[in-house]
Amino acid sequence: MLYREAGQFKTNYAADSAIFPLRQDRLGLGVIILAAYALAFIGNSFLLQAVMIPFLVFSLASIGLNILTGYTGLLSLGTGAFMGVGAYACYKLMTAFPGVNVIIWIFASGFFSAAIGALFGLPSLRIKGFYLAVATLAAQFFLQWCFIRIPWLVNYNVSGALDAPLRTLFGTPIMGPNATPQTRYLVVLTIVILLTWLASNLVHGRIGRMWIAIRDMDLAAELMGIRPLQTKLLAFAVSSYYCGVAGALLVFLWYGGAEYDVFNINQSFFILFMVIIGGLGSLIGSFFGAALIFILPIVLGIVLPAMLSPFGISVGADVIEHLRFMIVGALIIFFLIVEPHGLARLWQIGKQKLLVWPFPY
Amino acid sequence: MRAPDHPVMSKGDVLLAVENVSLRFGGVKALTDVSFDIRKSEIRAIIGPNGAGKTSMLNCINGFYYPTEGRITFKGVKRPKMRPYVAARGGIARTFQNVALFKSMSTLDNIMAGRSIKMRSNFFWQLFRHGPAMKEEIEHRRFVEEIIDFLEIQHIRKTPVGRLPYGLQKRVELGRALAMEPELLLLDEPMAGMNLEEKEDMSRFILEVNQQYGTTIALIEHDMGVVMDLSDRVVVLEYGRKIADGTPAEVKGDQRVIDAYLGVAH
Repeated sequence: MLYREAGQFKTNYAADSAIFPLRQDRLGLGVIILAAYALAFIGNSFLLQAVMIPFLVFSLASIGLNILTGYTGLLSLGTGAFMGVGAYACYKLMTAFPGVNVIIWIFASGFFSAAIGALFGLPSLRIKGFYLAVATLAAQFFLQWCFIRIPWLVNYNVSGALDAPLRTLFGTPIMGPNATPQTRYLVVLTIVILLTWLASNLVHGRIGRMWIAIRDMDLAAELMGIRPLQTKLLAFAVSSYYCGVAGALLVFLWYGGAEYDVFNINQSFFILFMVIIGGLGSLIGSFFGAALIFILPIVLGIVLPAMLSPFGISVGADVIEHLRFMIVGALIIFFLIVEPHGLARLWQIGKQKLLVWPFPY
Repeated sequence: MRAPDHPVMSKGDVLLAVENVSLRFGGVKALTDVSFDIRKSEIRAIIGPNGAGKTSMLNCINGFYYPTEGRITFKGVKRPKMRPYVAARGGIARTFQNVALFKSMSTLDNIMAGRSIKMRSNFFWQLFRHGPAMKEEIEHRRFVEEIIDFLEIQHIRKTPVGRLPYGLQKRVELGRALAMEPELLLLDEPMAGMNLEEKEDMSRFILEVNQQYGTTIALIEHDMGVVMDLSDRVVVLEYGRKIADGTPAEVKGDQRVIDAYLGVAH
């Protein structure tokens, strides 16, 4: 009843082409952002450290892959490696120039993965679909080999691992062993909101239309004057930038330290599943996908024992673990059958129905 | 809509000349020694039975294929081997035999996408959707709305084109080509699969584009009534060769054309 289009007239093109034309949507977004910030002060450290920070990091990586696979239609299996480039670049930058604020290096590290991503995107002019996916797989393996074999990347650290040094922002530790989950969560949240806003601007403007044009009908796009190679490489670069920043956040603001194997092929698939389930070509879908794939198993791990205990069934942790996998797997298949276009489409349909509620149309 | 801002050519000058063009794919000869010209501000029809090489001819003109032999001159300059987007930037737009719209985008976004080459604001401003990027977005939106008014598709402005009926999709595709403000507009069977009323609408749009903005149009069409009514000159292809060229009346009376369409007694 509150969610209505009625009475909101657009009197100029600027208002009509706004990203959130409905007042209720803008309000809702404001409330969600406020709630996310409020969570830093009311949530306990388990919620922030084990649920919210990784959720935001994976959402950011999903946005990155969504720009490439969802908007531009180029399938990539190199996400994990591109995240790794961001993490290693961030490590090198902040240990080489410890005087510069680490926030700057987190944003700068994305440019390195953008460059590497664009380089591995070059074959995309000639190869498409599954074949391109295999070509990006080469990036995955080659970069992972570099992470293992080039000790310079970890400053000749004998353990071969990346570790988060102590770094501060306005005197408060935001990285390293002394940083609280609360401050790290606030930093990650702010970065993710900022980058999501920029991505949303991009995909709603000329560049987004060019990406979608290439995805929907690349020949027609080219015959309209859109340069395929530049457009695809831009998608690779922007996508890898997002993945790179997500990789840096993952290692230094979530794990606090990691080895090369967090950037393996499984990570690439993990992000790809999030994008497919959340909805290809949708930014909000990236968040939904990350929530379903990452948060749902955690929730199940807590809820399942509580649900089973009233029946006098007490099961071991290992059984819960297996049940979790089975339920999440079944849900993924269920959602893909009900709505192949992902959770974002379900969300869209829900909003559409709410607009005309209680009438069917 | 304002008139296209291209170098001045007056009506009747040769805009595009096709000279002795042949196109072969291995042993298959799609076009053999075809020559004709398209003059500024005329409607030029290319007709012929199925498989005559009409679409191949259009594909050569907009740079999708490069002729095996012969040359194509556009605005007095011989065309080098180029990628299609270069031809598009040079002022050649086209529509497709099977609608080739961006299915997930709305009508508005499809036509806006047609203006991509006219948009100049850089990546930085696009990131913030502010300043020059937003100003440009609104400026082009205004132009696109004029096209939408002209083609009478206001009611489907925000509908994803994948959901539109075929006739409307064809109309949106014409709108997308017009958004490029082309000097030469290639229409590949703009009326295929349409009913009489839709054909009349489409004919009206084609004539209006030609008369109001002086856009040169080359069209492929199978409906002879439409071809004879709309076009100033007609070129007839059969098995990749040109068999006739002239005004609709001349072509209609040509014995070889009649034979090509009706068959010859052996």
